[in-house]
Amino acid sequence: MQWDIVIGLEIHVQLATKTKIFSGSSTSYGAEPNTQANAVDLAMPGTLPVPNEQAFRYAVMFGLAVNAQIERRSVFERKNYFYPDLPKGYQTTQLERPIVGPGFVDIDLPNGETKRVRIHHAHLEEDAGKSLHEDFHGMTGVDLNRAGTPLIEVVTEPDMNNAEEAVAFAKKLHSIVTSLGICDGDMSQGSMRFDVNISLKPKGSDTLGTRTETKNLNSFRFMEQAIAHEVERQMDVLEDGGSIVQETRLYNGDRDESRSMRTKEEANDYRYFPCPDLLPVEIDDSFIEEARNSLPELPDARKVRFMDHYGLNDYDASLLSGDSKLATFFEEAASQGKDAKLVANWIQGEFSARLNAEEKSVADSPISGAQLGDLVVRIADNTISSAGAKKVFEALWSGENDSVDAIIDAKGLKQVSDTGALEAMVDEVLAGMPDQVAQYQNEEDPKKRKKMLGGFMGPLMKASKGQGNPKLFNEILVRKLGG
Amino acid sequence: MHNKSVAELSRELESGQVSSVELTQEFLDRIKREDSKYNSFITVTEEQALADARVADDQRAAGNATPWTGIPFAHKDIFCTNGVRTTCGSKMLENFVPPYDATVTANFRQAGAVCLGKTNMDEFAMGSSNENSYFGAVTNPWGLSEGNKRVPGGSSGGSAAAVAARLIPAATATDTGGSIRQPAALCGVTGLKPTYGRVSRYGMIAFASSLDQGGTMARTAEDNALMLNVMAGFDPKDSTSIDREVPDYTATLNEPLKGLRIGLPREYFSDQLSPAMEQQVRNAVKEYEKLGATVKEVSLPNAKLAIAAYYVIAPAEASANLSRFDGVRYGYRCEDPKDLMDLYTRSRAEGFGEEVKRRILVGTYALSAGYFDAYYLKAQKVRRLIQQDFINAFKEVDVLMSPTTPSPAFIQGEKTSDPVTMYLEDVFTIAINLAGVPAMSVPAGFVDGLPVGLQIIGDYFSEARLLNAAHQFQQVTDWHQREPQ
Amino acid sequence: MTISREDIEKVAVLARIRVDDEQVSALEKDLGNILDLVDQLGAADTDSVEPMAHPLNAVQRLRADEVTETNQREAFQAIAPATENGLYLVPRVIE
Repeated sequence: MQWDIVIGLEIHVQLATKTKIFSGSSTSYGAEPNTQANAVDLAMPGTLPVPNEQAFRYAVMFGLAVNAQIERRSVFERKNYFYPDLPKGYQTTQLERPIVGPGFVDIDLPNGETKRVRIHHAHLEEDAGKSLHEDFHGMTGVDLNRAGTPLIEVVTEPDMNNAEEAVAFAKKLHSIVTSLGICDGDMSQGSMRFDVNISLKPKGSDTLGTRTETKNLNSFRFMEQAIAHEVERQMDVLEDGGSIVQETRLYNGDRDESRSMRTKEEANDYRYFPCPDLLPVEIDDSFIEEARNSLPELPDARKVRFMDHYGLNDYDASLLSGDSKLATFFEEAASQGKDAKLVANWIQGEFSARLNAEEKSVADSPISGAQLGDLVVRIADNTISSAGAKKVFEALWSGENDSVDAIIDAKGLKQVSDTGALEAMVDEVLAGMPDQVAQYQNEEDPKKRKKMLGGFMGPLMKASKGQGNPKLFNEILVRKLGG
Repeated sequence: MHNKSVAELSRELESGQVSSVELTQEFLDRIKREDSKYNSFITVTEEQALADARVADDQRAAGNATPWTGIPFAHKDIFCTNGVRTTCGSKMLENFVPPYDATVTANFRQAGAVCLGKTNMDEFAMGSSNENSYFGAVTNPWGLSEGNKRVPGGSSGGSAAAVAARLIPAATATDTGGSIRQPAALCGVTGLKPTYGRVSRYGMIAFASSLDQGGTMARTAEDNALMLNVMAGFDPKDSTSIDREVPDYTATLNEPLKGLRIGLPREYFSDQLSPAMEQQVRNAVKEYEKLGATVKEVSLPNAKLAIAAYYVIAPAEASANLSRFDGVRYGYRCEDPKDLMDLYTRSRAEGFGEEVKRRILVGTYALSAGYFDAYYLKAQKVRRLIQQDFINAFKEVDVLMSPTTPSPAFIQGEKTSDPVTMYLEDVFTIAINLAGVPAMSVPAGFVDGLPVGLQIIGDYFSEARLLNAAHQFQQVTDWHQREPQ
Repeated sequence: MTISREDIEKVAVLARIRVDDEQVSALEKDLGNILDLVDQLGAADTDSVEPMAHPLNAVQRLRADEVTETNQREAFQAIAPATENGLYLVPRVIE
């Protein structure tokens, strides 16, 4: 049987506010356990929440970036359940009246087409703490530093039909929130977490199948694998005549396995109701306009600009505009000189290879965009050869020196481009190789001639101690040898 | 000294006739000597109080005094007090010492008042007789001479009994469905529940967030005004507190009442009310007429639905508010929990009393799938109808008057067998919390030697008018000065 | 309105309160009486009435995003039932 795959995503995006959504505790990552959990975060008796304005500003910016309706009046509700990482015994979230209404995101597909994924809504809520399962005499340890960190939960319509689309959407969303600066995008630290809803239906059918939810995927690779895994699992079940159980599943990326998270307890009944400690939040036009004016350039617009302004092709522009840090790096480099295409090549070549090899992100790069720009300038103006450029890159990366020109000097990589000096060298070398000169001049085939030119380059480079500009040597040779 | 009001004590401190240390010692001695009869205090902080009194005397001497500097008072044990155990009347918080102050607590500290301890209350403010305290029932000072142990009302029964017994001149209290006014009435003291949002709820342990309001209890209306001057005001830590100017509530106490329009809600003079009680209330209203007020009958047609709406909304909110008591971060934890479920279910079963558990279960039920619309949503709609009744009434009159309770203080144990019988005790007070308007209970006579309370209800933020009306009444009557034998 | 033993047991699990059989019987009666009281609500005509969540028609104030809290772990954990290495301890949670 042929199946259609239906995928919807729920994405938790941690907002990069300084403080928690309902308290003035810091949200910085990596603090000692429970040192950023204060009276409100610990749900001490009598304490009360006061919402963070910045969380609303960020949510509104997000809404505007995904072409969504901003709801003028939003309401916090309590979602009731007990868990050690949830101090109040309820999560304060939005249900009936979320801050961000319906919107959409366009994604580029590998076949060059554009697909629109609809956003159902996005709401503000608080994150939970963390349970640490290392052994404390058979106990679990609870760290509530993360409790109360602001999140927006983005819920899509089930508009994606395969893993590639889902991943393309996820990457696009990552690019949007990092470009907006509302999330640091660090998935390994849980700053963005994806839940994937998947169902299958017979090809062409209008009726949606029963869906499962695979939770907490924290890399694009795991997400792709988890979808493939779950699609296959559902297909096996359905083709064996079984039926899919609506459930939450946990995917183990290291083992490419998933299992049901059903517990023996009864189904949850979250008993949502409006939080009586909080009043309805009203957002007025000026707040929205202010947020709109503070919107930075978004990936789609940036891509167009990279093509127009730097003359990049679609592929390069797409790649460099998607990640805001990479885009900034590119622009820093490209602003040093004119050869943006060469900058793009270096970023996608040497630079990316090096980052990947050392598992670093752009933010951790030991060399700056400006430095790479300087390097490319020196390649373009013939100061160094491409072999020399690699040596300079190495020196920058290892931190030997932070000035491109100083490295060129120190390593003696500067090409000799003084035509007079080069001509003298050419004369001397040609004088010592009369047979080869004659052979060249008797050759009719331009291809063979060109090849024969190479035979003079070795001795020339030797004579110039490797510093002669190969391009200029070439020109002089051709001229001296005659046509 | 112990018969004097806060206003009088403040003047004596100011004139140097007495020191705060002397006053504090006198009240501490009274508590030590007398409170075994009433059990109105859960915690007495003798050392801290004397230390605070010495500081207060120094401040007076230095000329930095407020009217409250050096005045002994007590907090209902629902207000968090930094470094002093705060139990909320529950085993759950038997050993809970908060490392922070409620805003109300901080305000009194700031004003230089001397807190002598924490008063007894129904567990988590759930009750109308103070029989639901883990620390034992409170006994009403009235009626003891006949050998009857009567309830002081609840949930602020400890505050009311302590003020009535002259163990303290004033005490803070809270009111979710009548918990200030009903005990004030039953103990013959004066109490005020302000407009919802007037007094910060930060650090006041929540029962039902949209109904809870901190307020005042003392023997005179003037002392209530002095208390409200300290308690009222906007608090950035409480999202539901209102940013609105706080008047000096003592400034308008002596305004004449001529022309005051009084409404008597016909629904509050029903057959639930004994003829003797009704007589006392009508006599009080006559006093107001003598003071120049006019009286007319009004109607609160939906008032009869108030108890039903309340017993959905309050338990629903409470069921979530009390989820934080889970034995993980503070409070009671059961012995040797075998797993997480066991930790939760046993800590909560053992740490909460019966009435608290009942209300959590009712609230959980009302919010659960399939019942939400029929109970919670319906109750919220009825709540709006009730609010509209008050809004309409205040288009016609300035204040409403009624009995505070249907009957005077009853004997302990009389109403404990059926929770619903106890709930009906608040039949005249509950609608006020649903609407969020302010109301007072003022001593207005006796039935069978037991105090009767007159309830005065005002429009939103009309506390000054209520206090003025109560104060003027107390200039021509002496019910509030009567002392239990 | 009556409430069944089954409902009470289900609600008790949701509310994380252990109840034994004897208590369920008592609760059946007490909660039944409370629900009878509450059922009076059915009589009210609320067709076109907006639910009321708050007594005042106020809107939420928002707080500036500034850190106002400092580390007070020691004070908070001094009143905790069980902690180790700065963590709150609970019986092992199996995911």
